[in-house]
This record gives sequence, structure tokens and C-alpha cells, in this order.
Amino acid sequence: MTVNDVASILNAQILSAGDLNAEVKTACGSDMMSDVLAFVKDQSVLLTGLNNPQVVRTAEMMDMRCIIFVRGKEPTEDVLALARQKGITILKTEHRLFTACGLLYSNGLSGGDKI
Amino acid sequence: MSNTLSFDYIVPGDDFTRAGEASSDVKHKLKQIGYDSDAIRRVAIAMYEGEINMVIHAGGGKAHVEISPEKIEMTLADNGPGIKDVALAMREGYSTAPDNVRALGFGAGMGLPNMKKSTDAMEIDTAIGTGTTLHMTVYAKR
Repeated sequence: MTVNDVASILNAQILSAGDLNAEVKTACGSDMMSDVLAFVKDQSVLLTGLNNPQVVRTAEMMDMRCIIFVRGKEPTEDVLALARQKGITILKTEHRLFTACGLLYSNGLSGGDKI
Repeated sequence: MSNTLSFDYIVPGDDFTRAGEASSDVKHKLKQIGYDSDAIRRVAIAMYEGEINMVIHAGGGKAHVEISPEKIEMTLADNGPGIKDVALAMREGYSTAPDNVRALGFGAGMGLPNMKKSTDAMEIDTAIGTGTTLHMTVYAKR
């Protein structure tokens, strides 16, 4: 699916648009950036309830295309500015983390290989 | 003529939001050069974790990066409190990070182990009360 598909499945608001037609195959849901840095391999979507600029930095280091803030978390302007600079799409959904992950999973996005 | 590029960075210790700027710049430079993408990813992870560590534990520090066609060498030096027990610090899940750092999404005790895993060589030179210097190497081809 594309980043655009992700946005429509989650009924998400697009707060910063990178490449919305980028193809994404796997995703990761976590509030712990240390774990994202340690365990993510080729996941291109990050779902999180954590809201600070290091979320964007982490996504940048891992070559992720899209960050989804769950539970209606509103990212601050410095988060959005950094994402725009790095060409990373930022979405906001009212769904909780588990529900948002489940919706994407049941629509064909996978979690990637076992650790 | 030398075909090694070197870069120096100051990692500010007072602003957590800026941690990662040096890693981001190195990543950008390596992409421009057209370096192997797996090596770029490993450098980005190791250096970013290192930057975060310097901000959390040492009040910032300095980074020196040398890029040659064969390898990337990173030296991260700080004047922080030093690491009391390196073997313990290398254990996954062991962390001395305060709770406010965990609230920011770090401090899971994965930093140093992940840096070691991501690089081809890592040396830690540390002295209590003096500081810590980390030297890491990533080869273009693993």
C-alpha cells in the first residue's frame, strides 16, 4: 500500500506531506525509540504515542517514510518542521496504538521478520 | 592527495531536541558520496545512539568522523562522569538513565549494545570523573 492508503485506512489527518505515493510494506509500533533503533530493519512506517523531535530523528536514521501519531496526539511545530525538512510524512489518527496497528495489519501491512 | 574526508562536530549537552544533528549530517554526506546503504544505516544508528548518550549522561561532547572508501571511523569524546562498569553498561536492558529520559523514549539499556552490534569494531576508553571516548569503525562492506 502507499502512504496515502495508510492515511485513509486510519482516517488520519496529513500534517506534513512527504511522498504520499511511496510504497510501504512493513510497520512498527513503539513509544520506545531505543527499541526502534535496536530492532527495526526495513519497516517504513512508525506508529507512536511519543511526541518529540527525536521521533523524527529516529525515523530519519532508519529511513522511514511515515510517522503516525496515535490517540490524537498533536505534534509540536518543531516536530513538523523537522519532518518537512527530512521529507517524512506525518499523520495523526484518533485511533489507539493497538487499533491503528490492527487496522493496518488487517489491510496487508506486515510487522516484518521476527527478531 | 588523501581520499579521506574528515568532519568535526560539537554535540550540545543542554538541548535534547538537537541530539542527532551531527548523525543526520554524516548520513546526508555519506548518501551524497554514494556510500553503501547498509553501511550508512549502521553508521547512522551507532552515531545517533552515541550522540543521545553524550546528551543524556555527559552534558554533550565532540564527534570526529573520518570517511574513506574502505571504512568510516567515528570518535565520540565527552568530559562526562565516565562509565563505572563497562561490562554492565554493555548488557542489554541495563541503564542508568533517569526517568525523564525514559519519558522521551530512550534509556532502555539498548544504546551501547546496539552501537556494538551496528559497527564492525568498538573500543571504549573511560575514566571516572574524566570522561569517555568511544571509537567505532564501520567497513563499507561487512
